[in-house]
Amino acid sequence: MSDCSRGRLLRDACLVLFFLVLSVVLIFVIRSREGTGSKVVVAVEGVEIGSYPLSVDGRYVLNGGSNVLCIEDGSARMVDANCPDKLCVKQGTVRYTNQCITCLPNKLTVTVVGGDDSVEIVL
Amino acid sequence: MDTRKVSQMGLLIALALVLSYIEAQIPAFVAIPGIKVGLANIVVVFALYRLGAKEAVTISLLRVLLASLMFGSVLSLAYSFAGALLSLLGMVLLKRTKLFGSVAVSVVGGVLHNLGQILTACIVLDTNVVVYYLPFLILSGTIAGVVIGLLSSLILNRLDYAREKDSHCDGKHREEDLNKGNFKEK
Repeated sequence: MSDCSRGRLLRDACLVLFFLVLSVVLIFVIRSREGTGSKVVVAVEGVEIGSYPLSVDGRYVLNGGSNVLCIEDGSARMVDANCPDKLCVKQGTVRYTNQCITCLPNKLTVTVVGGDDSVEIVL
Repeated sequence: MDTRKVSQMGLLIALALVLSYIEAQIPAFVAIPGIKVGLANIVVVFALYRLGAKEAVTISLLRVLLASLMFGSVLSLAYSFAGALLSLLGMVLLKRTKLFGSVAVSVVGGVLHNLGQILTACIVLDTNVVVYYLPFLILSGTIAGVVIGLLSSLILNRLDYAREKDSHCDGKHREEDLNKGNFKEK
């Protein structure tokens, strides 16, 4: 088949390899920029509706009951949502800066912010 | 547009819808929104190679519209539409270069589809935090693209073989068709 000529096969493989390397490099870049988070910011359509410290355990009902956020041992996770796929619940826990939980149906994001300022040493 | 083409495209759109339906039944196995195989893309890649760019675009966009109406929501329509448009653009352009095979074309399609969805999410959620998902979506788009590309080339090859046996055409004719890269009916 003209579709399977050696040159094309090679170029296809190179392209696949390029994307694989690109994604792995990007994952490392993102991982290396993660710091310890101090609080989570909850936003709906980009508008902040609240922020909660990661150092305090708690259970928060967000956005008029559409999602329930649980903070425990310095990490946050979504424990309930009113959408059918519940992807935000499956996303698990977040604790490092820039990590986020996204609920697309409710247009809600939970982002971990504030790194180093949480360890302020007062002399 | 002749009758043959109308029926052919109707058939392909129906097939793509069935594949979308099957995919909608598979529960999300990864927590990141937007990760899936994209079975319906087999039909789009097939159409791109055997019918042409215009037909592939028509089939893909109609598929997205109908699938969102039947199994999705208005919001999912926006995400899929942006993804499909970007991925079609990339696939058509990459195929035009004639440098790559169907696997690369479908990989670029998969990655661009995810990129389009992330950009839509950035606009809808009015935030850039979703960029955090980008590497994972590039990775999943690549893997899905390889799977779809391999499946498509398998189907393309088999259908050509079946057609060859069916039409009793002489070797010369077939050679010509192969060189042109299309199998349009005379």
